[in-house]
Amino acid sequence: MSTAPSELESPEVDEAIELSPPWVTIVWNDPVNLMDYVTFVFQTYFGYSKHKAEKLMLQVHQEGKSAVSNGNREAMERDVEAMHSYGLWATCEKS
Amino acid sequence: MTRFRKRRKTVVVSFAEHEADILANLLRNLVELLYDGLPPRATESSDPLAALLDSDGPTSPPEDVVLQRLLPDAYKEDDQASGEFRRFTERGLRDGKISDAKRVLSALEESGADEIALEPDEQLSWLRALNDLRLAIGTRLDIKEEDDYSTWEKLPDDDPRRLTYDLYDWLGYLQSALLHNMR
Repeated sequence: MSTAPSELESPEVDEAIELSPPWVTIVWNDPVNLMDYVTFVFQTYFGYSKHKAEKLMLQVHQEGKSAVSNGNREAMERDVEAMHSYGLWATCEKS
Repeated sequence: MTRFRKRRKTVVVSFAEHEADILANLLRNLVELLYDGLPPRATESSDPLAALLDSDGPTSPPEDVVLQRLLPDAYKEDDQASGEFRRFTERGLRDGKISDAKRVLSALEESGADEIALEPDEQLSWLRALNDLRLAIGTRLDIKEEDDYSTWEKLPDDDPRRLTYDLYDWLGYLQSALLHNMR
């Protein structure tokens, strides 16, 4: 059994990182995934309203892709990984 | 005939026996494919840090086209970043897909043709596993976005792709019926 770690001081934030442009998660159109399923994934994983989730799904369907979330690179990689776990085709890129 | 009905938050599904067998077989193939081509995990003796960090995954895409679709690159035009992402995530993604498929499989094996009651978290596993099967079959059939739906619907009975397409179509029905009953 180990003891609880002592509290760490908050690390200094590198300003260059903070000012760098945020990243986005892109979901690409796919001939297999059902439209209702894609909407469901956006609602379930991101917690988006049905209205927003449908709008994003339609953008994927009609325009071929949609930026579904944005944030720092680590967060976007987590989102991409989650999209892959649901079988959606997603990538991340600098916005 | 497969039937779904809703009981509060539970979705109850019942299959004809041959349907349960077909679905179980497809899932067994999927599980086998997902285990395939994965390098053995680093053991504590070989690289304890890599084993601990779960960073001993592959850095290049799988060879099989279905696995490429199930485990796509995370970066469009950056093989190195995609490789790094893969190294840390591919094992976990494969494990998750295998666990979803096995969960459906054991429910089918336990209940046979009886009713299967799916609680909300099981419903998620079923949705994802059905989707992975559709992606697998859709990729093998080479279904394209620009394809006219009716060309697939009208495949002649003696076309070797006919049976596979019918399975694909049925899986789509299962997935959308499950989704409909979850709402």
